[in-house]
Amino acid sequence: MGDAAPLLEVRELTRHFRVGKAQVRAVDGVSFAVAPGDTLALVGESGCGKTTTARLILQLDEPTAGEIRLDGRDLRQLDRAGLRQFRNDVQAVFQDPWSSLNPRMRVREIVAETLICNQRLGRKELDRQVDAALTAVGLRPDHARNYPHEFSGGQRQRVAIASALISRPRLLVLDEPVSALDVSIRSQIMNLFKDLQAEFGMSYVIVAHDLGTTRYMADQIAVMYLGRIVEIGPSEEIFEAPKHPYTKALLAAALPSHPDTPHDREELAGEIPSPLEPPPGCHFHPRCPAFIGPVCETDYPDLDPVEGAGARRVACHLYRGAAVG
Amino acid sequence: MSDSNRPVLEVENLHTVIATQRGTFDVVDQVSFRLEAGETLGIVGESGSGKSMTGLSLLGLVPKPAASVVGGRVLLDGEDLRSKSEAELRQVRGRKISMILQDPQTSLNPAFTIGNQLLEALQVHERDSRQSLRQRAIQALRQVRVAAPERRVHDYPHQMSGGMKQRVVGAIAISCAPRVIIADEPTTSLDVTIQAQYLKLLEDLQRETGLALIFITHDFGIVARICQHLLVMYAGRIVEAGPVREIFNRPSHPYTRALLASVPTVERKVDRLPSIEGQPPPLHDLPKGCRFAPRCGFAETRCHEAYPGHSAGRSGHPRHIVNCWRAEEI
Amino acid sequence: MPPPAGGVARGSGRSFGLASRYPLVPITILMIVLVIPSFFADLIAPHDPYAASVPNRLEPPVFAGGTWEFPLGTDRLGRDILSRTIHGAKYALSISLVGIFLGTILGTAVGLAAGYFRGWTDRIVMRVVDVSFALPSILLALALAAAFGSSFEGVIFVVVFVLWSYFARQVRGEVLSLRERDFVARARVAGAGHGRIIFRHILPNVMNTVIVLATLQIGVVIILEASLSFLGIGIPRPTPAWGLLVADGRALVVSAWWVSLIPGLAILLTVLSVNLFGDWLRDRLDPKLRQR
Repeated sequence: MGDAAPLLEVRELTRHFRVGKAQVRAVDGVSFAVAPGDTLALVGESGCGKTTTARLILQLDEPTAGEIRLDGRDLRQLDRAGLRQFRNDVQAVFQDPWSSLNPRMRVREIVAETLICNQRLGRKELDRQVDAALTAVGLRPDHARNYPHEFSGGQRQRVAIASALISRPRLLVLDEPVSALDVSIRSQIMNLFKDLQAEFGMSYVIVAHDLGTTRYMADQIAVMYLGRIVEIGPSEEIFEAPKHPYTKALLAAALPSHPDTPHDREELAGEIPSPLEPPPGCHFHPRCPAFIGPVCETDYPDLDPVEGAGARRVACHLYRGAAVG
Repeated sequence: MSDSNRPVLEVENLHTVIATQRGTFDVVDQVSFRLEAGETLGIVGESGSGKSMTGLSLLGLVPKPAASVVGGRVLLDGEDLRSKSEAELRQVRGRKISMILQDPQTSLNPAFTIGNQLLEALQVHERDSRQSLRQRAIQALRQVRVAAPERRVHDYPHQMSGGMKQRVVGAIAISCAPRVIIADEPTTSLDVTIQAQYLKLLEDLQRETGLALIFITHDFGIVARICQHLLVMYAGRIVEAGPVREIFNRPSHPYTRALLASVPTVERKVDRLPSIEGQPPPLHDLPKGCRFAPRCGFAETRCHEAYPGHSAGRSGHPRHIVNCWRAEEI
Repeated sequence: MPPPAGGVARGSGRSFGLASRYPLVPITILMIVLVIPSFFADLIAPHDPYAASVPNRLEPPVFAGGTWEFPLGTDRLGRDILSRTIHGAKYALSISLVGIFLGTILGTAVGLAAGYFRGWTDRIVMRVVDVSFALPSILLALALAAAFGSSFEGVIFVVVFVLWSYFARQVRGEVLSLRERDFVARARVAGAGHGRIIFRHILPNVMNTVIVLATLQIGVVIILEASLSFLGIGIPRPTPAWGLLVADGRALVVSAWWVSLIPGLAILLTVLSVNLFGDWLRDRLDPKLRQR
């Protein structure tokens, strides 16, 4: 991730929620960067903060602390014109195409929404761009007249993608973009994302719980647990040789692709702790099979580069002695 | 045939229809399979494939009045469930065959402690002192690896995590020691590591009790992980059936082949997944011939004209069958 | 044992045809009792509703021994009950339409604002709604009548006062869930402002509920207006409002039951039909709202 000029840069991003008297640290000091044309996947289980992180990037929610920079510009300091440009530059595709398309709007208006809100275009130009966006996602221009309920799930997701594409964004945030779709439709949509990325050079931030999907789509992955990144780096390196005990456990828990794939790897015990009361020290220590001692219970390990692990950074005391830099 | 190798469950030509405003359609059609003690059968399909309806049809629990089971036999230990009255069926459900649904949130009543819900399930079928039923409830929780079951019986569902609730649902399902459990996507709402624990638990239970399991899912990974036999359903019918290993090694129906190939795996990076174009046909507009023909790269004229009969799967295994006109050529 | 496949389709509702697609009976009754009389009262009423005729006082209806001159009998002053009931429809309809129109707009606007902006807007609005639910409408009408005398406008005011809180509460509830839907998040990502989100995204999705609710309120308003008029704090005499007509016969229920019964029946038929129509509308519109 050492590219000179990342498109998206997230630094010490933090979001705390109040729940009664308690405080949930949904996102707790998360930093990463996404290079132009690159795909970063945020993976983890419920309560890990991946969805909150995505919402913060989309400015659907405000961070408690930390900063988000797009092209080096801090989002908090955007003026009106800058914010408008941000809305053109950053778009999203959500999980459930039944919920993400307004049932009372025609496809034309759904797809054109970003342009309607941010650019003053004539009707002709708007129609031309809607046609182009629908065509790009494999729909027909005359679909613009229809309402969402006239489409199947896969087609609806294509409509959602068309609407995200129309402003020529540079970053797409994809929140579980295929998990609500039928199995035979998923690879169509995943391939569409790949083709669009090749064509338009967009960056993606994907939130996904399915590791197969993640491996297929991502260049970089960030594994999150209870609000923090525990391991981050190039996807292939992590899938081939996970370092953090949680990453290892997550990969071991993934379902096999063939009945003969051995699965007698160590099974992770216990449940995910409530984010209301994350364990002290390393949040993972109560479940950790590699627990090394009191330090795990008291100190949260830094996310540091690890020797022999390439461009990767891992937050685990196991590698502390071997830390470089 | 001796009693020992008679299948626990034998289903022949199960046929379920659903009435809608557009007319009456087959949701489950010509579905037949057998299940032996200790075996796990996976039923895989997409939405609308009829996989969930098949599960509900076995128990006579299809949503009435819209849906009804109109044909076929469901032999549980040799007894035909289809000829039983509703009152007799209630005696069978829970005691001999029970069900675990996708969402533990809706399977448990939020107003009662889990101990009460377990007791209630037991009382329907067992006449025993309250004290000994209580012991059995605790025993059932212990079987599903709930820690400190003596204390957890006093908990309400909202005090438990999703994975724990699904274990309680499992405890209720096994409390009367049924012969068969039908599990409909029981792990879909669970996290990856919790799902792994749950699948392990089901396997252990099976080993301990000789339970037969029907696992309804859309996920081939789950099938590969815990099933021995597999039915692949498409638009209400079985397109391929057989031992899991044979089907994974030699998928014989073009749909199975394409579907298996289109699932990304965590084990290796692929550059490009093949994908199946189009989408499953709507119930009210099923193709006349093979239902997969409109999306099938191998389809020829006869595929569009008539539904294919059974033929042997490519593995040559006697239980591996496929419904495809061109099964032998491709 | 199992029903033949063909037997299942019969319950599917297809064969009922027109009657199941449109609630013909309620619509017909509404047309006859409410709508046509409202618009054409002067044409179809056989007599002047205000014309008293002492010699013809308390004539029974034709089916109870009266004459065709006064088909549904006359009241204490010899006024034709049929004509008065026909003219009464005008007041029932206009008060419902105006009152519901104003109440719906006010309630929907407040509900939208409360549900969408939440926070203190919501807290204030909901407290006001609670208070207005707690305040008896009759008491309010009494106070108004005492202060300003009874009038058409006073009745409208009471109706709006009673209705807006229902709409506000219902709409707020729907907005609270709609604003969490992904299409609203998507609109925000697209850069849509509050106005566009409220009016293009949320309002169209609560319209069905509002329409159904408004229809179901017609019955409530007609009863409310009749009750107020019956108590003498609604529409002033001698206007032939239905509630007043019923009140006119109050003392005569034993001797001349028709004086109260005929307008009472008009109220009953109207309210029943409106509610049946509203139920049908709800079944018709609601599933689409929660489509999936």
